[in-house]
Amino acid sequence: MKADAPRTRLFLVDDHQLFRSGLRAELEDEFEIVGEAADVDQAVAGIAALHPDVVLLDVHLPGGGGATVADAIARRGEGETRFLAISVSDAPEDVIGVIRAGARGYVTKSISPTDLADAIRRVRSGDAVFSPRLAGFVLDAFRGELPTSIDPEMDQLTPREREVLRHIARGFTYKEIGVRLNLSAKTVETHVSSVLRKLQLSSRYELTRWAMDRRMI
Amino acid sequence: MLTGTLGGLAEALGLDPLLVRLSFAVLTAAGGTGIVLYLVLWALSAEPDASAPALPVGQRPRNRQIAAVACIVAGSMLFLRGAGIWFGDAVAWPVALAAAGSALIWARTDAADRQRWARISERLPGNPVVMVFGSRVSPLRIAGGALLIAAGMAIFLVANQALASARTALLAVLVTAAGLGIILGPWILRLTRDAGEERRQRIRSEERAEIAAHLHDSVLHTLALIQRSEDPADVAALARRQERELRAWLDHRPTPSAQQDLRGAVDALASRVEQLHHVTVDTVVVGDAPVSEHVEALLLACQEAAINAARHSGAPRVSIYVEADTDSISAYVRDEGRGFDPDAVPADRRGIAHSVIGRMRRHGGSATITSQPGKGTEVHLELPRSAS
Repeated sequence: MKADAPRTRLFLVDDHQLFRSGLRAELEDEFEIVGEAADVDQAVAGIAALHPDVVLLDVHLPGGGGATVADAIARRGEGETRFLAISVSDAPEDVIGVIRAGARGYVTKSISPTDLADAIRRVRSGDAVFSPRLAGFVLDAFRGELPTSIDPEMDQLTPREREVLRHIARGFTYKEIGVRLNLSAKTVETHVSSVLRKLQLSSRYELTRWAMDRRMI
Repeated sequence: MLTGTLGGLAEALGLDPLLVRLSFAVLTAAGGTGIVLYLVLWALSAEPDASAPALPVGQRPRNRQIAAVACIVAGSMLFLRGAGIWFGDAVAWPVALAAAGSALIWARTDAADRQRWARISERLPGNPVVMVFGSRVSPLRIAGGALLIAAGMAIFLVANQALASARTALLAVLVTAAGLGIILGPWILRLTRDAGEERRQRIRSEERAEIAAHLHDSVLHTLALIQRSEDPADVAALARRQERELRAWLDHRPTPSAQQDLRGAVDALASRVEQLHHVTVDTVVVGDAPVSEHVEALLLACQEAAINAARHSGAPRVSIYVEADTDSISAYVRDEGRGFDPDAVPADRRGIAHSVIGRMRRHGGSATITSQPGKGTEVHLELPRSAS
C-alpha cells in the first residue's frame, strides 16, 4: 500500500459479531473500516450514510439477504459503492442472486486474509472477483447450447471466457492464467468482467432454473 | 365457497362473508334470484389483486350490520314477491327464517375465536355448549338462533303438508338433517380443520426431532472431537469434514457414502483425503454424470493424485476441479507446492505411474502430469464419455 494513496473505505455486513470482529482484525491494517452492520436495514442505512468504497456483504442476512442490500443501494443510484459477496453458504441460488443484484464478486468465508485483501482491492478498482467455486457455478449454469436465445451474446460464454473460467475453477490466479493462455493480465480481467456482466444481465432461463435445481437435489 | 365470489364481495364491502352467503341463499329461495345474482357477480369479478391490502373485516358482525343486511334482503324479497319472481311462500319464508337463525348463531369467528377452536381438543370432555360455541357466544343468541331455525323448519313442514303424504316422512327426515347440518356443520368443519392443524404440528415436531438427531450424530460429535483435539490441523480437518457433511445434508443430498452422483463422489473423496492428510481440499464440480465403473476409476486416480499432493507438495491446499462434458469427463488436481521434475522420478517410485496413469489407460482414458520444481503440480485426467 502506498502511503499517499487514500485508504479504501470498507463497510462490513455480516450477522455474526464474531465474524465481523475477525474481519476487522484481519483487514484494518490496510483498509479504513468505516462501519459495520448486522442486518439489512442497518446495512442500507449505514451504506447510504457513509458511502464506503467497498462493502463486504454476507450473502445470508436477517431481513432479506445480501441481495436485498445491494438492490436497495443500487436503486438509490448514488455513489460508487461496490459490493463483494462473502458467504459460507455456497447455495447457488443465493450466490447468483447477490451477483445479479450487482455484487462484483463472490468469495467463500474460508478465503485466506491475503486473498481477501487482494479481492477487496480488485473490487475497489472495478474488477470482478471470481472464486473457483463461483467460476464453477457459472460454467455449470451456462452449460450447453441454447436452442433459441433472445440475446445470444448475453446468454452464451465465448470459448475464451470458458477457458478463463476453467482455469479459475482449477485454482489459478489471474496472473497465472495470463501466462498459461498467453494473454495479458488486463485481458484476463476483461474476460472475467464480461462474464460478470453476462451473469448479471443474461435472461438465460437456465440460470434461475439451474440454481433452483441445484437446491432441489 | 365455490369460486370465492361471495367471499370477495364480502371483503370488498367490509362485511362478514357468512352474512353475504346467507343473504344469497335466502335470495335463491326467492325464484332463484340469488343464483342469477351470483353468476352475474362471478362473471364480473376480477381476480383478487394480492398486493392490494384487504379491507379489514369487522371483528364481529355488529348487530347493526346484521340488521341492515337483513333489511336489504327482506326488502328485496318483498319486491321479488311482488314482481312474481317467487318459489312460493312455503319455501322462501322458512329459508329466510333459518338463515336468520344461523346468522345469529354462526356469526363469524374472529382470530381469537379461531385460537379458541385450536384448543378445542383440551375441552372435549367439558360442557358441550361451551365446547361447540365457545364461551363468548351468549346463550341467548344460541337460543334465539335455534328458535328461528326450528321455526323455519316447522313452517316448511306445515306448508308442505299438502304434498303427497308418502313424501312427508322423507321430507321431515331431510329437513331435520338439514337443520342438524346447519347447526353442527360448522362445528364439524372446524374439527376437521383442527385435525389438519394438529397433523401439521406433528409433522413439524417430527422434523425437529430428525434435525436434532442429525445434529447430535454429526455436529455435536465433531465438536466433542474438536474439544479433545490438540492439533490445529486436526481441528481444521474435522471442521472441514463436518462443514461438507452439513452442507450436503442441507442441500438434501444423501450422505457421501451412499452417493452415486459425481458431485457427491468428488466431495466424498475430498473428505477422505482431508481426513487422512492434513490439507484443505477445495472441490469444484461442473456438470454431472452417473458414477460408472470407469468414472469410479477416474475418481480413484483423482484421489491418488490428491493424496500425492498432500503428502509430497508441502502445500496446505489442494484444488480438485471435475467437469463432466457431453463427450468427456476431465479432472484436474492441483497444488501450489514444491513441484518436481516428472522426468527425474526414479523408476522404483511407481505410485503415480501405476495408480494414476496406468489406471486411466486401462479404462480408456489418459493422465498428464505437469510439474516444475517450485511451481506446483497439476494432474490432468481425461475420460471419454463413450468409455464411461
